[in-house]
Amino acid sequence: MPVAEVQSEEESRMEQADPKEISLWKDAFSRIVKSKTSLLGLIIITLLIIIAIFAPLIAPYHPIDDGSVIDRYQPPSGEHWLGTDALGRDIFSRIVHGARISIQIGVIAVGISAVVGILLGGISGYLGRWVDMIVMRFIDILMAFPSILLAIAMVAVMGRSLTNAMIAVGIVGVPQFARIVRSTVLSVKEKEFVEAARATGVKNGRILFRHVLPNCMAPIIVQTTLSIGTAILDAAGLSFLGLGAQGATPEWGAMLKAGVDALQTAPWVVMFPGLAILLVVLGFNLLGDGLRDALDPRLRQ
Amino acid sequence: MKQHLLRTLLGVALLTLLVVAGCSGDDQASTDNEESGDDTESSENEDNTLVFARGADSQQLDPSKVTDGESLYVTQQIYDTLVTYKEDGTEVKPGLATEWEVSDDGKKYTFQLREDVKFHDGTDFTAEDVVYNFDRWVETDDSIYFGYMFGGSEEDPNGFLKSVEATGDYEVTFTLDKPNAPFIYTLAMPPFGIASPDAVDEHGENYFKNPVGTGPFTFNSWSKGDKITLDKNEDYFGDVAQVDQVVFRVIPDNGARYLELQSGSIDMMKGLNPQDISGAEGNEDLQVFRRPSMNVGYMAMNTDQDGPMADPKVRKAINLGVDKKELLTLFEGLGKDAKNPMPPSLWGYNDDVEPYGYDPEEAKKLLAEAGYGDGLDVTLYAMSNPRPYLPQPKLTAQAIQQMLKKVNVNVEIVENEWETHQTKTQNGEHDMAFLGWTGDNGDPDNFLYVLLDKDNAKKGSAGNIAFYKNDEIHDLLTQAQVEQDQEKRAELYKEAQKIIHDDAPWLPIAHTTPPIAAKNNIEGYVPHPTGTEKFNHITLP
Amino acid sequence: MVSYIVRRFLMTIPVLLGVSILAFSLIHMIPGDPARSMLGSKANEEQLMQLREELRLNDPYIAQYGSFLGDLTTGDLGTSVKSKEPVAEELQNRLPATVELSLFAMLLATVIGVLAGVIAAVKQYSWFDNLSMTGALLGVSIPIFWLGLMMIWLFSVKLQWLPASGRLSTGTELETITNFFLLDSILTLNWEAFSDAFVHLLMPGIALGTIPMAIIARMTRSSMLEVMNQDYIRTADAKGLASYLVVFQHALKNAFLPVLTVIGLQFGFLLGGAVLTETIFSWPGVGRYVLQSILGRDYPVVQGTILVIAIMFVFVNLLTDIMYKFIDPRISFD
Repeated sequence: MPVAEVQSEEESRMEQADPKEISLWKDAFSRIVKSKTSLLGLIIITLLIIIAIFAPLIAPYHPIDDGSVIDRYQPPSGEHWLGTDALGRDIFSRIVHGARISIQIGVIAVGISAVVGILLGGISGYLGRWVDMIVMRFIDILMAFPSILLAIAMVAVMGRSLTNAMIAVGIVGVPQFARIVRSTVLSVKEKEFVEAARATGVKNGRILFRHVLPNCMAPIIVQTTLSIGTAILDAAGLSFLGLGAQGATPEWGAMLKAGVDALQTAPWVVMFPGLAILLVVLGFNLLGDGLRDALDPRLRQ
Repeated sequence: MKQHLLRTLLGVALLTLLVVAGCSGDDQASTDNEESGDDTESSENEDNTLVFARGADSQQLDPSKVTDGESLYVTQQIYDTLVTYKEDGTEVKPGLATEWEVSDDGKKYTFQLREDVKFHDGTDFTAEDVVYNFDRWVETDDSIYFGYMFGGSEEDPNGFLKSVEATGDYEVTFTLDKPNAPFIYTLAMPPFGIASPDAVDEHGENYFKNPVGTGPFTFNSWSKGDKITLDKNEDYFGDVAQVDQVVFRVIPDNGARYLELQSGSIDMMKGLNPQDISGAEGNEDLQVFRRPSMNVGYMAMNTDQDGPMADPKVRKAINLGVDKKELLTLFEGLGKDAKNPMPPSLWGYNDDVEPYGYDPEEAKKLLAEAGYGDGLDVTLYAMSNPRPYLPQPKLTAQAIQQMLKKVNVNVEIVENEWETHQTKTQNGEHDMAFLGWTGDNGDPDNFLYVLLDKDNAKKGSAGNIAFYKNDEIHDLLTQAQVEQDQEKRAELYKEAQKIIHDDAPWLPIAHTTPPIAAKNNIEGYVPHPTGTEKFNHITLP
Repeated sequence: MVSYIVRRFLMTIPVLLGVSILAFSLIHMIPGDPARSMLGSKANEEQLMQLREELRLNDPYIAQYGSFLGDLTTGDLGTSVKSKEPVAEELQNRLPATVELSLFAMLLATVIGVLAGVIAAVKQYSWFDNLSMTGALLGVSIPIFWLGLMMIWLFSVKLQWLPASGRLSTGTELETITNFFLLDSILTLNWEAFSDAFVHLLMPGIALGTIPMAIIARMTRSSMLEVMNQDYIRTADAKGLASYLVVFQHALKNAFLPVLTVIGLQFGFLLGGAVLTETIFSWPGVGRYVLQSILGRDYPVVQGTILVIAIMFVFVNLLTDIMYKFIDPRISFD
């Protein structure tokens, strides 16, 4: 959330992105690779994806079935790199499998935010007038609640599960997208090529989806990257409160929660899942920052 | 904003340091603790105040209106009951009543009351006050425990209390519709503490925060969600309290509470994490009390559905497929393996029942016979908050899931907050579900009838969430309710336990001994199996 | 100016109305029988009926919402089912706890964040710049519940320097006037309580303040850099004004605008972040209260509290907007 809010500060700059510049993406990529921090972000995320894909091969133990209460709370060792938890399960293996869940959270939650937000923001910005009025008041109402609190309330309504936590985090992220897309659309829709399309009698829907929205991609991509980090953080927070992942699921926030009771005797159970969250969120933030710099036309030569 | 690799590397280096520090410094813990212990002895307790910390606040200080243990824990200090439990068990001894007689047909109880008792507001305690309290419980709908133990108001068909009369200034006579063997034990329960009628009338709706009883402590103040302060009652008819003041403080998190005990800002606490037991016992500044067990934690299997649990073979297979010995290590020495639905500390416990034992091969065989050789998918409903009889429900559920996986039973865990969990399991939504019970009055009826009789297997309000309906059991249990001879009752209950074991509606898990940690210089504290005890014998150095 | 304030004020009315509808209906969608959950499994049907009656749960929703709004106008937020106390009264103790924590966190975040941002901008690419911006980067990525637990582990368990829970130690006496403990202890000249309350605020304050601190540091740095590159600063510099004066008088003043917005936005974030922080540090505030009430389905408390938090959030935003406008009248809002 907070990073995304900074982003909204920057949105005015991005409105000026020149839609015709096709080399923009190619250029942006080379900029990211050149910037060491965004490259680091890219590397962290790539690693996360690789770990997620090959989780069963990388993890030395099964994340749920392997382990016995007898081997509980073992400190990090050669056998268990990051120690074991309350049921003797290998924490490293669980974190590795948890990478899959993190990606799932990122994709589903931010997918919801993006799709709903882009639609609302696009329609609202493009049609303007009363549609804009209604949509924006609705967004204002959503934004009148602190996001975590709203997410908690929604999970309480829908029932606790990881899926519901993802949906809640996704809905909470809608206003960010809607606002950014709306303001971008507002500037793009006045551009000549849109006027031209309108003049030749192309229908509104087609203009919006074919001409306007594709030209809002830069801020959307930046927002998506930053939102994934936020979504992972928020979903972990929900799981930590017991409202997200249930049972033995190796979700990082839930793992952390499960270790709280043993904070005095086995701090590693809390420590490592938290580090994993930190690292992944850091990765998305680094890349998001890099993307923003790369796509910001003012910095271009 | 331009970024530099250097910055990030620096950050990573810092974190690594933190992690390395985290995984190595364990030896220091014990010495640290000793230091803190020394600090505190000098600074605390000059004023002879006992600070007792717990996880939740009391809901109300009117014991007749509540069911939560945290309310009753405090009201136990303020009120007395007609009879009271002995310190080490559930036998009853005189309380506000000095002696009592039971008529031959078991329907009439006559109590002689103490004549030297005053309420905290200075009014005298008489037989009329007892009648007043019972009338109040009968008349008000929200006297929850009363309704539950006595069948509620007069119109209620389950009610057995016909009348309560003052047959003298200090004599009360109870008349029952039918004999009720547990009656005298029930009277000792803390919800039936006698309140001052004057105070009840004066405060009306606000009586619950202005409690007046006869007990060893008088109410001083209550800061909601934070602390309740009680003062010593100098005029107590029993042993006058050794401490001047008791403060019941709320510290919701178990770990944080334990830290406060270590740092010395509290004297005693309930709800120690099992993980911290060994640390507390190894700490020479602390001592750990274990409450004698009068509870049972279990996993009920829903026999009511057309589902797999209707088949006794499956239920037996589940019993055979769980390695209880390994499961019990989760309790860190705070739980004894359970084989019966009632704890061994009660009379009538059947020790001849042979536990199922761990036999995965036999379990697989039984499952195959029942038609689930290829695997079985079931739900396990678990509460997300620790309960006294099940201190780590989440981990217990996951451990059972791990074990049953080996006999090809795939368990899906459904976690819910305590209240939701109760609702859902009472509705019978589960295949298997955790639940437990802490005895109210030390009578076997309070376990077997409440938890396993068909009378209590009604959807929506079931105490019997296995929905176990066995007519033979019903006959035995209802017969035991009206039987006056305890020996004969014990035989009936033993017989029932045998049948229940063979039908296996439960996987009995454990009888726990909930821990209470305290500074090691506290003396005179004896935890009672019912979960509450008076603090008047506790001394501070 | 006045007309702007009035207009901006009027704009919040539909939002507040929407908020009240959302707060009201959200709770009614929660599954489970509230009467049952309140009285526990030992209650009988008769007792349940009586409670449903008291709470008007049998009325149609519209009527319930109507009386909900009606009560609101008289400051009645309903009565807690669990404690039987009016919600407004329950909040009287808890709201100051949360606001005190949030203000303290915000103070930490602003002072340290702005300072770090200014120095980092002035000494661009120095080791301080690198270190503080790394810190800021980690700060926005850190799970605060993890940070809180790690602090407890380090400072309470290992080093035993700081208390891990609550607002005051048990032995500390404090006469409460405002329920802001720092303020109360100053008012009553109780310095022992002041230092005790301060020590209790430290860890939760840092945990809660980390994210805003990081964001403010980054925002300050970037807007400072932007302003410092502008001509008039260069001119001032060339005129030979002492360099620190240049920085503080001109640059900071201009850079403060975007930072102000962040501060306003982050305050709302703090109210939400308080749920996690208060849970970890057993802080007796609104965040933990609302979480417990949601989980325990104490209907009236959830409604009342969520509403109060949302209203506070709306007004903080309103205030920020007005201040923004006040400081820089060129900016137009729509």
